[in-house]
Amino acid sequence: MRLKAKYCQNTILYLIAIVGAIAMIFPFLWMISNSLQAHIFVIEYPPKLIPDHPTLDNFIRAWTSNNFGLYFLNSSIVASTATIGAVICSAMAAYAFARFDFKGKEILFTVFLLVLMVPDIVTIMPKFLLAKTLGLRNSLWGLILFYIGMNISLNTFLLRGFFESQPKELEEAMVIDGANPFKVFWGLAIPLAAPALATVTIFTFLANWDEFIWALTIIDDQAKRTLPIAIYSFQGQHGTEWGLTFAAMIIALIPVVLIFISLQRYFTGGLTTGAFK
Amino acid sequence: MNIGFKTQRKILPFIFLLPALVFFIVFQIYPLIKGLQMSFYNWELLPGKTSQFIGLQNYINAFTDPIFLRASKNTLYYALVTVPGQMILAMIAAVLLNALPRGRGFFRVLYYIPVITSWVIVSLLIRYLFQSPEGLINYFLTNFLHITKTPILWMNKASTAFIPILILGIWKGIGWSMVIYLAALAGVPKELQEAASIDGANSWQNYWRITFPLISPTIVFTLVMLIIGGFNVFISVYLITGGGPMQQTEVMLSYAYHQAFDYLDFGYGAALTYTMGAIIIILSILQIKFFRKPQEIYA
Repeated sequence: MRLKAKYCQNTILYLIAIVGAIAMIFPFLWMISNSLQAHIFVIEYPPKLIPDHPTLDNFIRAWTSNNFGLYFLNSSIVASTATIGAVICSAMAAYAFARFDFKGKEILFTVFLLVLMVPDIVTIMPKFLLAKTLGLRNSLWGLILFYIGMNISLNTFLLRGFFESQPKELEEAMVIDGANPFKVFWGLAIPLAAPALATVTIFTFLANWDEFIWALTIIDDQAKRTLPIAIYSFQGQHGTEWGLTFAAMIIALIPVVLIFISLQRYFTGGLTTGAFK
Repeated sequence: MNIGFKTQRKILPFIFLLPALVFFIVFQIYPLIKGLQMSFYNWELLPGKTSQFIGLQNYINAFTDPIFLRASKNTLYYALVTVPGQMILAMIAAVLLNALPRGRGFFRVLYYIPVITSWVIVSLLIRYLFQSPEGLINYFLTNFLHITKTPILWMNKASTAFIPILILGIWKGIGWSMVIYLAALAGVPKELQEAASIDGANSWQNYWRITFPLISPTIVFTLVMLIIGGFNVFISVYLITGGGPMQQTEVMLSYAYHQAFDYLDFGYGAALTYTMGAIIIILSILQIKFFRKPQEIYA
């Protein structure tokens, strides 16, 4: 009898969980379904989730004649370069904060923290003028350099916590054996920090891959677009060709979903501890 | 060249700090100071003209600007609806998944997908679903649920135009809080709940008397993070309504952005974003002071 009640209860729980899951992913299913239909201009009545004649036509058109291949390349270049730059710079700075003593250390770190709290968009106007002065408008470098700047404080902050949680003894032993500090950093501290660096790298990459506001602000040149602004502008110009827009969105989403599914443990790890304690 | 050990120890930290500091100073500190300066000027963008110092006038204008006041009200409204909305649904989801005998990981991935999807994609997607008159939501409301006879023209009125923005804000955020709550729930000792059950507590009492107090620090943490996130609402408004109809759905940041990049009033735009920034910094400092160690403000 009790077993039956338990069984009943579990069935109800699963039903609710499934209803919730449908609510969470239905818009994506709808997007996929519509991207597989050729030339939909308006929704068919009644709407169908499974298209009658599925075709990859939209994906091919988006990738070739609508330049999404180029935008994908731009996004890849910008996101990877900015991520590598930001992670290297912040790992070095975090190591300095964690392992060295110097004048004004805590004050400088507090400044990092305060800047971290300010949302990036607060300074978008002076940043725009700066980009203009430096000749960085309409260039991928304008995205890369500013993205590095935007990510440094958060990453430094997180990685400092990680380096501090690591025992010093090994590093000290290496120094006694005559290794110079750079060798200790690259040869020992960095390899030991691999899991933390992986988490920081993933989050930074995704933030750069999806960044919209800054790219929208400084990129007017079509050839320099990254995926988020390309999708936005494309939707604006071809307002009714949603199938194509959805295909473009899916192209932009594929790397994100792949990274998420294959590296899931880093996501939940980075999130739930809040940082690396 | 052989530099002394002492000098080496002094220079060393700065060699490690240098690359980060260059980026930090050029692309963060300088714009922060420059922006603050701009907010005190009637800023001229054209090269020939000189900008005029007007003191606090931009800030004074902000507090008497009816559209900015409405935008502030909308921002607050957004936070007041989406923050509890996300927290309650996320908590229900977390307790539910926690009670599942198996398959927790699978559902967690599905619930998390909106979180990892960019705001641009989900905003356009929501706009598509809420299209009027022929969007899917209208189809469901008229032909399926029969709530209305005629399709709702969502974007024609501020009250209805804000609905997709609110729904998106809640829907996209549930997974984030849920994952944090799941971790907190996993940290509640099983013995405590079992002991309470033996003493005759039902699961409802068990939750409110044992689990809830134990995970309340986590709940407060998500509360503050979500409020900060709520004040940052921008892309969804910019892409779904563009602040319309007639600037009635503007939020603080979308209005500031329009002021700067459509009306080219950089001084006023900067005053608006700095007002917003001040609110967020105060919230963040309160968060660190009262609730948690700074190591944990990670979003």
